[in-house]
Amino acid sequence: MGNIKLVPFTGDQAVAYAMKQIEPDVVAAYPITPQTEIVMGFSQYVADGKVKTEMIPVESEHSAMSACVGAAAAGVRTMTATSANGLALMWEIVYIAASTRLPIVMPVVNRALSGPINIHCDHSDTMGARDSGWIQIYCENAQEVYESTIIAVRIAEHRDVLLPVMVCQDGFITSHAVEGVQLFDDKAVKDFIGEYKPRFSLLDVDKPSTVGPLDLQDFYFEHKRQQSQGMRNALTAIPEIFNAFEKAFGKKHNLVDSYRLDDAEIAICALSSTAGTVRGVVDKLRKEGHKVGLLKPRVFRPFPKDAIMKSLSGVKALAVFDRSESFSSQGGPLFTEIEAAFYDEKSHPSIINCIYGLGGRDIFESDIEGVFRQLIDTAKTGKVKEKIQFIGVRE
Amino acid sequence: MAKDNRDKTKGWKDIPIGGLIEKGGTAKAYKTGEWRTFCPVRDESKCINCMICWAYCPDSAIKTKDGKMTGFDLDYCKGCGICASVCPVKCIRMEKENK
Repeated sequence: MGNIKLVPFTGDQAVAYAMKQIEPDVVAAYPITPQTEIVMGFSQYVADGKVKTEMIPVESEHSAMSACVGAAAAGVRTMTATSANGLALMWEIVYIAASTRLPIVMPVVNRALSGPINIHCDHSDTMGARDSGWIQIYCENAQEVYESTIIAVRIAEHRDVLLPVMVCQDGFITSHAVEGVQLFDDKAVKDFIGEYKPRFSLLDVDKPSTVGPLDLQDFYFEHKRQQSQGMRNALTAIPEIFNAFEKAFGKKHNLVDSYRLDDAEIAICALSSTAGTVRGVVDKLRKEGHKVGLLKPRVFRPFPKDAIMKSLSGVKALAVFDRSESFSSQGGPLFTEIEAAFYDEKSHPSIINCIYGLGGRDIFESDIEGVFRQLIDTAKTGKVKEKIQFIGVRE
Repeated sequence: MAKDNRDKTKGWKDIPIGGLIEKGGTAKAYKTGEWRTFCPVRDESKCINCMICWAYCPDSAIKTKDGKMTGFDLDYCKGCGICASVCPVKCIRMEKENK
């Protein structure tokens, strides 16, 4: 496992450090807002000669992802980073990266999409990209972000997967707060990710290839079917890579994490940093004798349906927390998918959706406790007060 | 009515992923000249072989031999009319094609 050292890092610094250890061949990134300190920190490593990475500062996020597609098609390990409206501006090429099956890794700092203009945490940026064909990993704290960035390289490059990966962390809450982060040594990280062996290279003149050709009614559908298979394969490949990571570094990762859920009758499901706040409330209510627990999906794409269903078996009342609004009028993205997943089950809990924290609105323990107490009532009576609730908004 | 050719082509497990084509120069097989509505026609007697049309053609569709303009490659000429527009002696005119 090598030496482990503990340093005070923000989530952004943790990613920049992981990128330094990964040492991708190319990083193409937009250097100004909405870009984060991830790219600032990594650029410093490049400027100081700590890595041999070709750093390409570009004039827009659209160009950043385009340059990444070019670099990945040339056959080199490629990364970028983005946030919020930066991801929105990349949009067209985000889809192209996934459908061209280029294993690009992109840390994303989750922040609200404008408008009105807002730069604070919510998940509307990456949740909007949930159908783009990228794998999405959500992280609770800087340690998870650091480790997941390293793991993401292996997932993206896995032969049965070959899809790009977003590693998501909460804007400001995780990206700017300083925590103790355990760092692995460089050689252990390099050994874990291994040497990159590309599927093809546009620069290989002995074996020429055509990338991104016109693909009409006769073949496009087949390529989408392959892409769908890549995502399905990821459900098997990701746990294998998590196991390899545990073997190498002694740190466990799961498709979904649960906390005091084994005998729970009441549960809250939340992504990223909010899971930490929920955990504290679980402990408080457990002391009062309430059988409450937390489910924290780590991977949202592919959607780990079986793991989620297994974790929630026995739960009578469930609240799914969404830090984004899908404007479908039927609840947020995490909620609608979990609710749909229960369709095949013999029984299902009463489920409510709590949309919260939009534009960086704080979520407090008292808010979460209020939801838990509501669920305790629901578990007793079977009655749901209101299916879709907005937690923390002023009425 | 459209013809159903689905059974005659390779399935999704038998083709390279991501739309990759495992050879280069594939654009050559794609005859973009079929898109043309107007066709360039040259009056050879007026042509001074200045090669301005050759330099401007966005599809490399001006045919030449021994430094002389010899005609148009109609497999790839999309009929944009740039050659007619830039010709200094106006020896190229665009004629509507009857397809």
